[in-house]
Parts: sequence; structure tokens; C-alpha cells
Amino acid sequence: MAELKEELKGKIIEVLNLEDIAVADIADSDPLFGEGLGLDSIDALELIVLMDKEYGIKLSDPKQGKSIFQSIDTMAAYIAENRTK
Amino acid sequence: MAVAGVAITGIGIISSIGKTIEESQHALLSGTHGISRIKNVETKQKERIWVGEIKYSNTELADLLHLPAGHNYTRTAMLGCYAAKAAVDALGGCDMGAYKTGLISSTSVGGMDYTERYFYDYLENPALYPYITTHDAGDSSHKIADYLGIQGLVTTISTACSSAANAIMMGARLIKSGRLDRVVVGGTDALSKFTINGFKTLMILTDELCQPFDQNRKGLNLGEAAAYLVLESEDVVQREHRKPLAYLTGYGNANDAFHQTASSEDGEGAFLAMRKALTVADLAPSDIDYVNAHGTATPNNDLSEGRALQRIFSANMPLFSSTKAFTGHTLAAAAAIEAVFCVLALQKQIIFPNLNFKTQMEELDFSPQTEVCQASLTNVLSNSFGFGGNCSSLIFSKA
Amino acid sequence: MKKSRYINGIGAVTAQGIWRTDFFTESQPLQQAVNAAQQPSYRELISPAMARRMSRGIKMGIYAAQQALDEAQIDIPDAIITGTGLGCSEDSEKFLRNILDNDEEFLTPTAFIQSTHNTVAAQIALRLGCKGYNFTYVNRSVSFESALLDASMQLQDAEATDILVGGVDEVSDHTFRLLQLVGHIKPSDVHETIHDSNSPGANYAESATFFTLSQQKTAYSYCEVQDINLQNKLSQGDLAAFTKEFLERNGLHAGDIDALVLGYNGDKEFDGWYDIFECIFPSIPSIYYKHLIGQCDTSSAFAVATAAKLIREQIIPAIIQRNQVTLDRPLRNVLLYNQFRGEDHSLVLLRSC
Repeated sequence: MAELKEELKGKIIEVLNLEDIAVADIADSDPLFGEGLGLDSIDALELIVLMDKEYGIKLSDPKQGKSIFQSIDTMAAYIAENRTK
Repeated sequence: MAVAGVAITGIGIISSIGKTIEESQHALLSGTHGISRIKNVETKQKERIWVGEIKYSNTELADLLHLPAGHNYTRTAMLGCYAAKAAVDALGGCDMGAYKTGLISSTSVGGMDYTERYFYDYLENPALYPYITTHDAGDSSHKIADYLGIQGLVTTISTACSSAANAIMMGARLIKSGRLDRVVVGGTDALSKFTINGFKTLMILTDELCQPFDQNRKGLNLGEAAAYLVLESEDVVQREHRKPLAYLTGYGNANDAFHQTASSEDGEGAFLAMRKALTVADLAPSDIDYVNAHGTATPNNDLSEGRALQRIFSANMPLFSSTKAFTGHTLAAAAAIEAVFCVLALQKQIIFPNLNFKTQMEELDFSPQTEVCQASLTNVLSNSFGFGGNCSSLIFSKA
Repeated sequence: MKKSRYINGIGAVTAQGIWRTDFFTESQPLQQAVNAAQQPSYRELISPAMARRMSRGIKMGIYAAQQALDEAQIDIPDAIITGTGLGCSEDSEKFLRNILDNDEEFLTPTAFIQSTHNTVAAQIALRLGCKGYNFTYVNRSVSFESALLDASMQLQDAEATDILVGGVDEVSDHTFRLLQLVGHIKPSDVHETIHDSNSPGANYAESATFFTLSQQKTAYSYCEVQDINLQNKLSQGDLAAFTKEFLERNGLHAGDIDALVLGYNGDKEFDGWYDIFECIFPSIPSIYYKHLIGQCDTSSAFAVATAAKLIREQIIPAIIQRNQVTLDRPLRNVLLYNQFRGEDHSLVLLRSC
């Protein structure tokens, strides 16, 4: 799990082009949206594609993202449970 | 009474519900939508989406326009030429050089339909080079101007899905200021893989028929279309003994300044645009008899627009409908085809229905008109909103 | 009562760097076919959270816009009107490549969102919280002039008091390679300046040039925008009549013009238009600028910046003067003419204030 979380942080930084942020700057429980990393609705759409591309998880409704993308913890847990690749 | 306004003396349209005014009107009155599976664009999404596609191939369009072999007209340009020519022909034998005549066109995809086809092939195949210079948004306007024989002020506006409303607005201002005597205004957009996939990434395309202003709406259907209006000065109207079809009396553009693609929850930009249009027309909200809403059927747009309508009209919401369920969302052309629908509504004193509506939105106190109905229409308002917070409203008044 | 239109602020990001006092003394003629703009630091202006999604064109536009607003001391203008020939070309290309290369799979929205032609105007509005009128014109080499015409009409008719107007175009790899294939841009192995050009095509460069136009004259006003005219098609034989009519409607004759700013871009096939244009006027200073900032659909916006600076300073730097005629009178009326490949002609008349 720890490995998945580190990998996830790296990928998020890469796809969202978070130039000023390093893997070490993101705590597992930090909120990704609003306060915290400060991601927005466009980022949520980017993360939906990341889930599909990297882990074979298809989310058809953007609203589903709300609970899944709360933090690295919630995201990693969802991926571990649902990944197809 | 509204201010005098600018006379609309010609209209032309091509969309998935018809290639003439008569066909379009017939479809609107009989509730026949133009939404189908896509045929002319090769895309992986074809089984997942419904579109308002014009069922003419590019070859057929070129034939309709009598273009010579070896032409480099993109689909966007051909649709534009077709509708603009129809608008000008409606005047009946018109010498484009007789008055200071201009063209204000609009498009969002421009020549992307050919760019996406030949993007890499261009590097290998010099025979394709003539299409390289059709990529930019101005190309279709040049083609339309040439096709109509317009030499003068020709320009193009691109503000995403409000584009044509802004072209109509600028045209009206050029007439009012006396810079032009006559101006052809409108917009054209062809379906392309680029826009289909773009809207798909935003997850606002539905896999069903779109349901504007419905509680359970799931997103929009894309479409393609072109429509143009001829605006003429009062002087030309008198000299040429024209019978205006309607008048453009109000217009307003404002920016939501909220988000690059989404509309604000309270519809601030839409509210400001409608308020400006009312001010220009010197009308009160109670003078508006019908609203042709932007109503794309995305969860975000219809809520934001609905709230803005509620703010403008309070308890006295006029009859309203979105005609997007007939044509799909035709992007830069949307405001132009809906302007044509508004002119027809005023001429026929008829309101066109909002198809596919079942359940009222829980956030709103009103529902759209779902059946064709006769109504006494003096002033109608049309909304168009685009990415980048671009919000435009036009008011058309009975001639 | 028609209101006046003053240029009260200018900003630019060009191949010669940003707009500044010593802009011309530090400039060098371009010799490359395709030139990037010298980018300033955007850190103070654009937060990293916003900047991460922005292509150069958007950043350049925001920077130039802010410079123009700052100089005019305007926080939020009443309207934002931009022109761009190719829009956000880099993001359009990026999204299209993703579609083609990945066979329509795993596409993400950011490049698509940013590819819209009105992105620069929208991002400026978003950043400033400007809810006013927001238009973008996209008609090749009159894209900026269309925006200027719109702004000018609004100020004249008192629909607005302060308007931000500008032009921006960015370089993108593939699109510019295609423009080389059709000869709009010189081949990469040709290294000519406009002065010594012997071949078709132009040296291209990206640029953003913005202005604050206001009804009110201030202590910093550069000049007044007197009139603008656009014409899609024109024959070389009609150029003189077209120009004369424009001057007449402004109560002027050819002899009243004190200097010309011309869009010479080194394309041997089309620069002849400017030679013909010069002949309409008696011997007056003729100025060019695209040898420094390059050709793009909106580079003619820089002609307005150049003329405004000349009028305010009443000096013509040698590097931008094309002929040898000495300026022997005050620069009062300056006429700008631009066309591209014999189409999309524009005239802009600026007057000292």
C-alpha cells in the first residue's frame, strides 16, 4: 500500500503538472481538493482518466470522484480494491 | 415598445433538422428532432453518442454549392456558404456592391475537420497542401465572403458557444454606428473528432437524447449547423422597400469570470448579459414574451441559466424552451440557428417546444414549454453561453 | 457627441523581450524562420496553480495585459477584447495529437479547455474578476484590428470608458512546420532579415501586445486612436483610392500624414503592396517593425505600440526607419498599413494628443 501511495503521488504531480510540489510534500491524509493540495473540477476529470489509464478503473459519473479523490489514502484504498491492471 | 432596433431582412439556415427555412420550421412544428448516430465523422465514440448531424457528405455539400473540382472548402466553410447564401438570396437579387456590406461570421472549430484528417499526412503529401491554410478560424469567413461576393469589412468572432450571438451583436453595432449599411452575421461549425472528444473529456455528453431543463438530464448532444442573418440599416430598408422579418432590439455580453468551462451557481454572467440586453432594448423583463434558452442539458448549464432566469424574471417567468433537443448543441452556430428560430417564432406567433422534458428541476420554480403553442409574441430573448464564462443575450422584436 | 479614444497603457511580450523604455535601442533584427518570444518571469503575476495549465500564449497575454493596465493605472477595465489568428495553437495541437496518437483513448480535458480561441481573454477576465464585455476576434491578419475597431466603437459611443485590447499568437511546432510547407514561413535554412530578404515567406515570431484604451486623456496618454478600417480583398490598383477615402473621412489628405508604419515582413511576393502604399504619400519617414518582432497574425498590434511610442517621444530610432527621409516636422498624424499575402488589409490612424 505504501508503495502504491508513493506511486500515486508521483503520477498526480506529473499529470496535473504540479511543478512546485514534491512527493514528500503530500501527506497521505491531506485533502486533495480545496484546502490542502487545492485541486479543482478540471483536475478531478484528469484524475478520472488517470484511474482508467493506469489502473483500469472506469468512473462514468464525475460525482463518484468526490469520495474517491478525498485524499491519497482514499484513492489508494479504492484503487487497491478495484484495479484491473 | 422596444427601441427601433436593427432590421433583419434575410435568414438562412442548415442544420440536422433541415437545409431550408421551410424544412426547419416543419421539423420544429412537428416535433421532429434531427438527432442520430454519426455517419460523416470516423470516430470511436460513434456508438456512445448521439449527434445532430447534417446527413450530407462533403461531396454532396460541394455539389449543392457548385464548387469546382480541387476546391479547398472545409465542411465548416461549406455549411457557412450554404446558409449565408440562402440568407442573401432571401432578399431576392441583391447587389453586394451596392451598399457598404460586411460579414461578421463566427466559428469554434474552423477548419479542424480537415486538420484532424490530414494532420500527419500533410508532411508526406503535397497534394493535400491546399487544405493547410484552411485550418484557421478566419478561413471559412473568407470563403463565405468570396462566395457571396462581399468585399469590405470581413471578420470572425470565436468565443466558443456564444460566438454567433456576438457576431450578430457586432453586426448590429456596425449598422447602428453607420459604419455599414448591410451586414451578414451568423456562425458555422461542423462536427469534428476534436470537439466530440473534447466534450467527452469534460464528461458532459449524454449517451441518450438530451433533456434540457429536466431534473434527470445527463448532458448534451453535439450538433453541426450554420445560420446567417442579413441586417440592414433603416435607410436601406426604405430604399429597397424591404419588409423586415423582425428587428434585433437588444444585445448584451458579459463574463461570468468564475471558471474556464463551468458556469457560476447563481448564473451571474448570464444575469448580467440578459440585463444588458434589456437595457439596450429599453425593455422591462415583463415585456419579454418568450425565452429561447441556451439549455444545453448539462447539469451545470441548466441550473446556472435557470437561476439567472429566476433572478431576471422573478415570479413572472415567461414561456421558455431550449431547442437544443432538436438540433443538438451546434457550438458557434447555436446562437445563429436559435436567432433564426426566434425570428420564425415572431413571424408565426408560435413557440417551439422543449423536447424530451419530463421532470421539473427541483431547484427551479418553472418548467419549459413542451408543446407547440400559439402565443402573442412581441419580444423574445435568446441566450447563448460559452467556455471562458462568455455569456450573451439577444432580444428580437416583432416587425 | 463622439468621445475620444486615448492609448494610456501599452504592454508586450515579444522576440525582443517585454515592452520597455529602451525597447528599440536593445533590439536585433530576426534572422530565423521561427522565433520564440523572450519570456519574462511570470511568477509574480500568475500563481503556480494557474500557471501549470497555461501555454506560453496565455501567459504572454496575461503579462502584456497587466503591463498595459498598470501603465494606465486601471485595475479592472470595462471590457476585454482580444485578437488572435491561430488561438491557443499549442494546446490545440496537443489535444489533437493525443486524439490521433492514442486512437481517441485516455484523453484528458485540460488541453481541450485551453485550446479554445477565447482562452486568453477569458483567463485575463478570470484573473481580474472582470465581468464586462469579453470578445475575441479570429480573422487572420485583421484579428487585432477587429478588436481595436470594436474597442474604438465602444469608447466613441460611450458604452465603456476603459478597455483592454490586445493581440496574441503563439508558436507551435507542427502548425508552423505546415506553414513552412506552404511557404508562409521561410524555410529553416534561410537566414535573412527583412532588409536583405530575397525569398518568399516571412520570419515568424510569437508575440502579445496589449493596450489600455480610455475615453479620458491622462498625463501618460501616448496618442489618440483616430480611425480604423478593414478590407478583406483589394486590388493593388484600388489601394490608393481605398486609402484616400479613409483619409478623407477623417478630414485629411496624403500631405497631412507625417509618418507611415508599414507591415513589411520580408515576403518578396507581397511586400510590393507596401511599396505601392508609400507612393501614395509625399516623401515622409517610413517605419517598419516586423524585422524585430517577426510576423504573426497579430504582430500588427505592435505597429500601434511602435507608432504610439514615436508620437509620444517625437523621435524615430534608426533601427526601425526604412527609408532615409528625415523627420522635419512634429509627428502628428501617423498612418499604419498592414496586409498579409495581399488580403486582410487594415488602416489605423493615430494622432498626437
